[in-house]
Amino acid sequence: MTTPAVSIQALHKNFGSVQALKGIDLEIEQGEFFGLLGPNGAGKSTLINALAGLTRPTSGSLKIMGYDVIANYLEARRRLGVVPQEVVFDPFFSVREALIFQSGYFGLTKNDLWVDELLDTLKLTDKADANMRSLSGGMKRRVLIAQALVHKPLVVVLDEPTAGVDVELRKSLWRFVRSLHKSGHTIVLTTHYLEEAETLCDRIAIIDHGKLITLESKQELMRRGLGQKLTVSSNSPLPDVPTELQRKIVNASEFQLELRLHREQDSVIDILDQLRAANFQIDDIGVETDSLEDIFVQLTSEQAL
Amino acid sequence: MIGCYTLFKKEMARFGKVWFQTVLSPIVTAMLYLMVFSQVLEGRVEVFDGISYTEFLIPGLLMMTVIQNAFANSSSSLIQSKTLGNLLFILVAPISTLQIFLAYTAAAVARGLIVGLGVLLIALLYVDVPVYNFGIILLFAISSSAVLGALGIIAGIWADKFDQMAAFQNFIIVPLSFLSGVFYSIHSLSGIWQTLSHFNPFLYMIDGFRYGFFGASDVPVGTSFAVVIVSLTVLSAICYRIIDTGYKLRQ
Repeated sequence: MTTPAVSIQALHKNFGSVQALKGIDLEIEQGEFFGLLGPNGAGKSTLINALAGLTRPTSGSLKIMGYDVIANYLEARRRLGVVPQEVVFDPFFSVREALIFQSGYFGLTKNDLWVDELLDTLKLTDKADANMRSLSGGMKRRVLIAQALVHKPLVVVLDEPTAGVDVELRKSLWRFVRSLHKSGHTIVLTTHYLEEAETLCDRIAIIDHGKLITLESKQELMRRGLGQKLTVSSNSPLPDVPTELQRKIVNASEFQLELRLHREQDSVIDILDQLRAANFQIDDIGVETDSLEDIFVQLTSEQAL
Repeated sequence: MIGCYTLFKKEMARFGKVWFQTVLSPIVTAMLYLMVFSQVLEGRVEVFDGISYTEFLIPGLLMMTVIQNAFANSSSSLIQSKTLGNLLFILVAPISTLQIFLAYTAAAVARGLIVGLGVLLIALLYVDVPVYNFGIILLFAISSSAVLGALGIIAGIWADKFDQMAAFQNFIIVPLSFLSGVFYSIHSLSGIWQTLSHFNPFLYMIDGFRYGFFGASDVPVGTSFAVVIVSLTVLSAICYRIIDTGYKLRQ
C-alpha cells in the first residue's frame, strides 16, 4: 500500500470557545485531484492552515506523505506547496527575487531554470523584474502559485485560488493545475465555484461546521438520488396531475408543471407518457440535471437542521 | 542551512532596498547629536582624565545607534511581514526555529554594525578617537546588537499593531538607551539615579564598548560582558520558545 499524500486523523482545532474543527478524519491518495468544499466558515481554511503548519491543531494528527506536520515539519513542508487564499506579497522585491528567495527557503540554490519555466507557464516573464507592488491582483495571484511550486512539491494545496479572478485567468489557471496533476502532483483544492470541483476533482469532501459531512467520489456524490428536474409547459391550461405523480410535484401553475425525478427510479419518457395519457397538451419540456451545487446545498442544509 | 542563509540575505536585501531610511538617516541623526552636544559641552565636561567630551561621546553615540538599529531591523521586518501577511512564505518553508532566530538576529547585527561603521567613519573626520582594544569593541558591538536583535524579534512577534511597536520603541528602547550613560558618566549622577542606572542593561553595553576605546569604564568590563551575555542568553531562549511554539505566528 502506498503512503497517502495527506493523512488527517481526529483533527480538532479550537479558537477559544469556538470549535473550528471537530474531529476530521481524511486520507488523500497520491495523485488524486481532491476537492474540499464547504460554506464560508466551515473550517476549510483552518484545515489547510493546519496542514501547512500555519495553525497548531488542538489535537489529532496531520501527515504529508507520511511525515507528521509538527514532529517532522521540515520533511513535511518540503513535500507541500500551499497557495493561500489571500493575496499576500513582499513589497520590497521583484517577482524573480521573490521566487529566488522562496527557492532558497526550500534549500534550492540553483533554481533559475525552473523559476524561468514557472514564469513562462504562468505568463509572468514580462513582469519578472517588476516590483510586486506594481502587479495587478491576477498577476499577484499567479506569483503566489509560482511561489508554492518553486520546490516542485508532491502535494499542492490551493485554497480558493480563483476567488475574485476573471473568467479568462480562471480558465488558464485550471489548465495549469490540470497539467500539474497530469505530471503526478497530488492536488487538493478548495473552491466556492462548485462547477470547478465538478469538472476537476476525482473525489470530494464536504465539510460544514467543522465536521466532515461527506467524502465520496464525484460520481457517487452525483448519484445521491437527487436526479433531475422535469419542467412541462403548455399553451393551454393543464389538467389535474395523475395521483401517482403528485408526490413528485415541485411547482405547479396553470400552464407549467415542475416535477423532481429520481435519477435511477424514474424515466423522463415514462413520465411524459403518463402525462399525455392524462390529457396533458405538452408544448415544451425542459430537463435539468442536478448539479453538485444542489447536492451541496442539500447536504449542508440537512446538517443545519 | 541554505534556508537560514537565504532568510538572512532576504533580510539584508530588505533594509538595503531602503538604505536611505535604514542606514543613512540614523547616521545623520547620530552626527547631529555629536555636533550639537560636542559644541555645547566640549571643554566644560571631562569624564575620563585626558579624554575630551567629544571623544567620550563618540563610542556611546556609536553604540546607541548600533543597538537602536539592530532592534529596529528585526522588529520592523517582523511586524511588517505579519501585517502584510507575507511572513507566510517563511512559515511554510522548511526552516527550523533556530535558523529563523539566527537569520533575523544576524541581519539585525549586520545592520547595527553597518550603521555603526558609518557613524564611526564620519566621526573620525571630526575628531581622533583612540582605540584601546579593537577586539573588545567588536565583541561588545556584536553581542549587544544580537541582544537587541533578539529583543526586536520578541517585540515584532508580540506587537499586533504598529503603534504597539512604536510604544515599545519610544517608551522602552529609546529611554533606556538615552539613560545608559551615552552622554554622561553614571558617576556624575546622584545616589538613587546611579543605583537605578545599574538596572539598565544598556549601561553595560555602552560602558563595555567604551572600555574598548579608552581602557577605562564606570563598571568593570568583565561585569559588563557578563550582563550582556546573560541578557543575550535569556532573550535568545525566549525568542526560541516563542518561535517554536508559534506564539502569535501559528495561531
